[in-house]
Amino acid sequence: MQKKEILNVAIERFDFQSGGEASSQLKNMLRKLGVSSDIVRKTAIVTYELEMNVIIHSFGGKITAQISEDELVIYADDKGPGIADLEKALTPGFSTAGSEIREMGFGAGMGLVNIKRYADNMDIRTAEGEGTNIKVTIKLEKPL
Amino acid sequence: MKVKDLIDELELEVIAGPDLDREVSGVYCGDLLSNVMANAKKDNIWLTVQGHQNTTAVALLVDVSAVIIVEGFDFDEAAVKKAYQKGVNLLKSKETAYEIACKLCERNL
Repeated sequence: MQKKEILNVAIERFDFQSGGEASSQLKNMLRKLGVSSDIVRKTAIVTYELEMNVIIHSFGGKITAQISEDELVIYADDKGPGIADLEKALTPGFSTAGSEIREMGFGAGMGLVNIKRYADNMDIRTAEGEGTNIKVTIKLEKPL
Repeated sequence: MKVKDLIDELELEVIAGPDLDREVSGVYCGDLLSNVMANAKKDNIWLTVQGHQNTTAVALLVDVSAVIIVEGFDFDEAAVKKAYQKGVNLLKSKETAYEIACKLCERNL
């Protein structure tokens, strides 16, 4: 089985109304494909965190996902402004989110931490003033 | 136990009840959405003070049986609309999360 794109969702800055749409779509898609509920759960957590990061912290971007026989790869690509200090951003509890965002229950500083915890692999490319590209791989237990 | 069984017993107000026949299993309390995503489980009752539309989105993703907003907080209009569209139960209580959690615990949840 070749890589097949199963998700391509554009995301706008501060569009909280659409928060959860990309992860919901991907979750339903995987269910239809018969992927185990454990993997579906991991994917939902990872994708939700990725899309909320793009909504809260970026100038906009997109979430895409490709599936092959043995793995699911999710990409979050945004237009900037980039992560100034990646090491800090990966520290549990560290967040640059403002008070209004925190009052909504975001900005717990657990986004990237949760992605790393539930992904089989996470690769982040970022630089201040440039976009951020995150690639997350989730292994499928049974080949499709 | 079903969601509808809890409504009278805990004096809950139904804000959106598209699926009140759902079975309930376990409880999760929390207001930080990342933690809810990571730690709440399918069919849990989720106790929170967050009432905006992303509450509904998280409830749907985690597949909780119902959200109970506590301490008299309100769900906003967008959250309620989304709940009906997506089939998420939204309930309301004047009591604190702890008081509700204790009552749910007494019912072996």
